[in-house]
Amino acid sequence: MSEQLRPDLALIARTVRQGARVLDVGCGDGALMAALRDNAGVDARGLEIDGSNVAGAVGRGLSVVQGDADTDLRYYPDASFDYAILSQTLQTTRRPDLVVEELLRIGRQAFVSFPNFAHWRGRISLLWGGRMPVTRLLPDTWYDTLNIHHVTVDDFRALVKDRGWTIDGQWFLKGDKETTHANANLFAEHAVFLLRK
Amino acid sequence: MASLSMTDDSRFGLRRQVRLAGPLPLDSGAALGPVDIAYETYGTLNADRSNAILICHALTGDQYVASDHPVTGKPGWWWRLVGEGKPVDPARHFIVCANVIGSCMGSSGPASLDAATGAPFAMRFPVLTIADMVRAQAMLLDHLGVNRLSAVIGGSMGGMQALTWPTLFPDRVESCVVIASTARHSAQNIAFHEVGRQAIMADPHWRGGDYYADGQVPSAGLAVARMAAHITYLSEAGLTEKFGRRLQGRDAKTFGFDADFQVESYLRHQGLSFVERFDANSYLYITRAMDYYDIAEDHGGSLARAFTASQARFCLVSFDTDWLYPTAESRIIVHALNAGGAQASFVELSSPFGHDAFLLECPELNRVVDGFLKGGRA
Repeated sequence: MSEQLRPDLALIARTVRQGARVLDVGCGDGALMAALRDNAGVDARGLEIDGSNVAGAVGRGLSVVQGDADTDLRYYPDASFDYAILSQTLQTTRRPDLVVEELLRIGRQAFVSFPNFAHWRGRISLLWGGRMPVTRLLPDTWYDTLNIHHVTVDDFRALVKDRGWTIDGQWFLKGDKETTHANANLFAEHAVFLLRK
Repeated sequence: MASLSMTDDSRFGLRRQVRLAGPLPLDSGAALGPVDIAYETYGTLNADRSNAILICHALTGDQYVASDHPVTGKPGWWWRLVGEGKPVDPARHFIVCANVIGSCMGSSGPASLDAATGAPFAMRFPVLTIADMVRAQAMLLDHLGVNRLSAVIGGSMGGMQALTWPTLFPDRVESCVVIASTARHSAQNIAFHEVGRQAIMADPHWRGGDYYADGQVPSAGLAVARMAAHITYLSEAGLTEKFGRRLQGRDAKTFGFDADFQVESYLRHQGLSFVERFDANSYLYITRAMDYYDIAEDHGGSLARAFTASQARFCLVSFDTDWLYPTAESRIIVHALNAGGAQASFVELSSPFGHDAFLLECPELNRVVDGFLKGGRA
């Protein structure tokens, strides 16, 4: 696999068990699915909203269905996958809580990765500039961003606690490097959680 | 390329026809036998017989998927997808395309002679279903020595056959490509077909279907049926772009009922050229088969249940401007496949051409089908 995976995807790829069954929700052009298939013998299926991404993924021999995480997850049976993966998609869904609920119904475990809106750069931008942050991980302006539910590491932890989900793993990224758990809400640009019900 | 044994074997090649003894039991309870099937093959069946692909044609299609049509002289109807260097390639695949039973291009249909009477069947031909067409294809594959299909591929009514294949023969299909199609005919689909059938039957030349003896065929009725159907194959945007309100070979409206508009002239041409190559009774029988088509109905009302015995991979493609078999119909199939845990891919492609898009230039379609077929070899 010559393709360089995005850091959060590389982290997930390292963690998924050999030969597992995986549903990648918001799989994009299938980069993670292809890596999992080629390197870990994973039976990967994908759901993706963008037609040209789907065509690209199917064109590389992956099983990807065009659909919407908010409406199409209900057609998958309970516990039909070892992992359901939602990478950088949570903040674009209409009801992130319900989507994670569905992930945990379909998958025995769920990976959820998202950009941390409470990273200090964003905070400074808002505090001193008084403007919604436009950063490397959040490159769009407030009116054209696909991210309709901005979320922080602590927000997500609170949701997990509220719903009684269990955290089986958590990883934090700064650039393409893993960073410490301490003060992740301030210093992590990106978070990856592994959950189960 | 083709091995000697293959080229010497008269079962393989262009413009083949075979008479199979049958009888073929039909969904209606009747039986058909003997069964004539006209077909073409391209490429060579490999030693382990693992490279066979069946292409299924649409309502008015035929077996000439990748070779020139003997009547119209036009190139094969799916030359964009099937041929040298294409996703379905005779250099790699053994390709079979057969005229469906009920049709009029050499397979048994209403124009065929009834051995019992020596006269054409006409309306005495048994009513068929899509599943009957598929069972006849399976008989042909038995004759060709093909047990398993690497893939079955079809668009529109061809997609209905492709989707029916794994429900009837789960052990014989490895992958299934269903393009611009559906799992059942909707009320609107049936309604349009009924308009076409009534146009044919209202033609005084139809005479209860017994028009073969004197050559006075119901061409006016068949042409109208084709015109009405043809509108459903195109999109409104496509028609507007191609014709708009432009006038045909004149500067002003004639205040008469001649074909003033280009779109009228185009439709009349479509109707007239169609009757040159198609039998009106076949049109009745095949549209009926499509109307009876509902895979879920055949499986206790559950579409998901239809595919539980199959290990096949599925690829579904719809087009955003297709209002005959719109994307929602493909989604119903995808949801049923997901519910059963089948390996399924689905994409809605963008095209201005409506339902006909599956036959027209669409590089994305080729990319998807090529990737899907190669994906099975990963």
